[in-house]
Amino acid sequence: MNKIWWKILGSVLVLYTAIAGLLLGVPHLAILNETIRNLYFHVPMWFAMLTLFSISVFYSVKYLLHGKESDDLRAIESVNVGIIFSILGLVTGAVWAKFTWGQFWSFDVKQNFTAVAILLYFAYLVLRNAIDEQQKRAKISAIYNIFAFPMMVVLIMVLPRLSDSLHPGNGGNPGFNSYDLDSRMRAVLYPAFIGWSIIGYWIYTIRFRIRTIENKQNS
Amino acid sequence: MLLLSSVQLFAQSNDVEMADALRSNGKIYVVVICIVIILLGLLIYLFSLDKRLKKIEKKSSDKN
Repeated sequence: MNKIWWKILGSVLVLYTAIAGLLLGVPHLAILNETIRNLYFHVPMWFAMLTLFSISVFYSVKYLLHGKESDDLRAIESVNVGIIFSILGLVTGAVWAKFTWGQFWSFDVKQNFTAVAILLYFAYLVLRNAIDEQQKRAKISAIYNIFAFPMMVVLIMVLPRLSDSLHPGNGGNPGFNSYDLDSRMRAVLYPAFIGWSIIGYWIYTIRFRIRTIENKQNS
Repeated sequence: MLLLSSVQLFAQSNDVEMADALRSNGKIYVVVICIVIILLGLLIYLFSLDKRLKKIEKKSSDKN
């Protein structure tokens, strides 16, 4: 957790994607124009969120298996950071939509369902706040997390593909369709996924370490 | 029929407006530098937070 190499890697990747994202060539598509570069920022937010929520559900399962309090702390802190990234993704998506789809909120399937998915995780936070006793709180929220995660996956990735959506990649094949065919974009997008996931993971480890120390001081 | 098929050509030609003006006068680099400054600032902040935490962790584990 204290190793520095992956933190530097994440920083370098994120800086690279910002520079290359603006300077390298992109497909010239009508309506999108240069905003297609937003792909390098908007989508990695969701990828980082997915990474963090996956980590969270992993530790929730682990908590139920072994009952270690540190696993519960990992579960909650990864959700905390995941929610931040999801809100960033939602807001950047809305701004992008304003200039390409015409309004901030088009009641597009994916927009609606990701908002619902975020609310699911807000409910996780509320649930935790409602229970005072540590072990009960950890157990019940772990069980909730195990339900929330697949629901989130279905809402964000499955249902939008099954219906007509403004989002590329939905209402048809997975991936980013016409964008994905351009390997120039892949060269920036994939490092962006990794870089932002690392940054998100880093922030989560910092929060977890702070929590652990606070916990020790309180007990 | 020919007219209908020619419409699709516009998707890939230079008729799509891109920010070529910003590129040709070099101002795109201003945008890049600004974003890099913001990112670097935030990353340096993260590194310093991490260092501060490490110090506190050491102190807390030394006490034990």
